[in-house]
Amino acid sequence: MAIQFPIYMDNHATTPVDPRVLEAMLPYFTGKFGNAASRSHAYGWTAEEAVSKARETIAKLIGASNPKEIVFTSGATESDNLALKGVAEFYKEKGNHIITTVVEHKAILDTCKRLEKQGYEVTYLNVDKEGLVDPDDVRKAITDRTLLVSVMLANNEVGSVQPIGEIGKITREKGVLLHSDAVQGIGKVPFDVEKMNVDLASVTAHKMYGPKGVGCLYVRRSKPRVRLTAQMDGGGHEFGMRSGTLNVPGIVGFAKAAEIMLQESEAESKKLFALRERLRTRLMKELDEVKVNGSMDNRLPGNLNVSFSFVEGEALMMAIKDVAVSSGSACTSASLEPSYVLHAMGVGDDLAHSSIRFGIGRFNTEEEIDYVADLVIGKVKKLRDMSPLYEMFKEGIDLNSVQWAAH
Amino acid sequence: MAYSEKLIEHYENPKNVGALDKEDPEVGTGLVGAPACGDVMRLQIKVKDGIIEDAKFKTFGCGSAIASSSLATEWLKGKTVDEAETIKNSMIAEELNLPPVKIHCSVLAEDAIKSAIADFRSKQSARRTLASEPEAQGATPRAAE
Ligand SMILES: Cc1ncc(COP(=O)(O)O)c(C=O)c1O
Ligand code: FES
Repeated sequence: MAIQFPIYMDNHATTPVDPRVLEAMLPYFTGKFGNAASRSHAYGWTAEEAVSKARETIAKLIGASNPKEIVFTSGATESDNLALKGVAEFYKEKGNHIITTVVEHKAILDTCKRLEKQGYEVTYLNVDKEGLVDPDDVRKAITDRTLLVSVMLANNEVGSVQPIGEIGKITREKGVLLHSDAVQGIGKVPFDVEKMNVDLASVTAHKMYGPKGVGCLYVRRSKPRVRLTAQMDGGGHEFGMRSGTLNVPGIVGFAKAAEIMLQESEAESKKLFALRERLRTRLMKELDEVKVNGSMDNRLPGNLNVSFSFVEGEALMMAIKDVAVSSGSACTSASLEPSYVLHAMGVGDDLAHSSIRFGIGRFNTEEEIDYVADLVIGKVKKLRDMSPLYEMFKEGIDLNSVQWAAH
Repeated sequence: MAYSEKLIEHYENPKNVGALDKEDPEVGTGLVGAPACGDVMRLQIKVKDGIIEDAKFKTFGCGSAIASSSLATEWLKGKTVDEAETIKNSMIAEELNLPPVKIHCSVLAEDAIKSAIADFRSKQSARRTLASEPEAQGATPRAAE
């Protein structure tokens, strides 16, 4: 098959809708357009039936025992907000402390900041150089005022997979709730809310080949029954936890995406891993001073986050504009701050500026990997020929000993 | 981000990439920026009879930084040192149509020019000092600012 340009390798940002998902959705825009809350006619019943089936499939994908534990939302940002704010508000008589990590998505971190302004206390746990949280740190941070621990399943930048199972043992033993933003890990690494003692989990469809604008929050119903205060007032949909007419076509698509994951994720993860390794080994063999950011043992199979020392990330992305990837470099961000995730892992700012994230997905091919490898290798060499730092490095100058004129 | 054609041209086919002998008394070297900030520019000029006859650069930085330094070296060649001093970052930014968040990349290019000129001048005055007052400890040639 001819390669289509630009080659999409940014599957952590979003994924294309699988054609099978689209096909499942289409009837729900036209013929089956009913409101799932309409109880008085067949249009409503058809929509409601599709939503119930979707709940079952999605519950199965994450190991939930009861489909009613799935609360549909507009996506993971909303799910994260609802989990943290909803729990904090509902249990405010019981405590005021939340524990999370410094490498969470902004949907968690900014929600925590708002809660802090409202008087809650938040502990932000550090990670090691692989981006991993130490479960022991979770244990030590828990106090008798702790309501909730929130740790992501897998990181969206460096793909580190957190020890949720071990953390779940601790939170269960201590009697505090555990929330996990599972967005990036679903269908790629094992995740089971029962086995891992997860009480709340955020999922979004558009990172698993479903449509944008739909997701869910898993809210445990027994042992323990988790309560939360709705953050959206209205018709009392979704068991009173999230008002708003359901996005039925989106939910159907989300469920179809989940069904495909249930059937194919094992084989798919193997394929992604093989493609990732093919890219990594070539880059590391044919270029010097390439550093992988994150863990090699606990990592999403399709994630490759690497720093090409002495080359700035945005310049490299411009040079490989045939490939859609992203960078932790400040030059690419509006804030001109390099990645906070890499920073938290102790990656120096210089290497953060040189980082590129490849997010390999379902539709990438070996042919594309080889094309990308050739292109990147060629362009890194070209940019290094232009880099004063690479020249100094080659002359044996220790760049850390140079007095840089900071500006 | 949408970049201008001129910027992309300078980025894809940068002019005057390379190095001049920094020990040469006729060469002025400016090294500005810092790896931690994501941008380092080294710009060098070679001056003969008051005229910049050659200019070279190497840049670690984004596409705008590379294009700004490439353009700067083009502009420097053939100018007198005094004329070179009048090059402003705003001129570079305008020529390349830099988006607002990339203005600082052109500021860096202006700093690099200034720093290369200062280096050249300090070398010259050090030589003159040495020539007129052989005893004097005199100014030690400064490296980049
Ligand atoms: C880890 C993580 N959490 C939350 C989100 C936000 O999800 P959504 O786009 O569905 O709001 C993302 C994606 O951007 C993510 O990667
Ligand atoms: S060098 Fe960072 S924005 Fe230009």
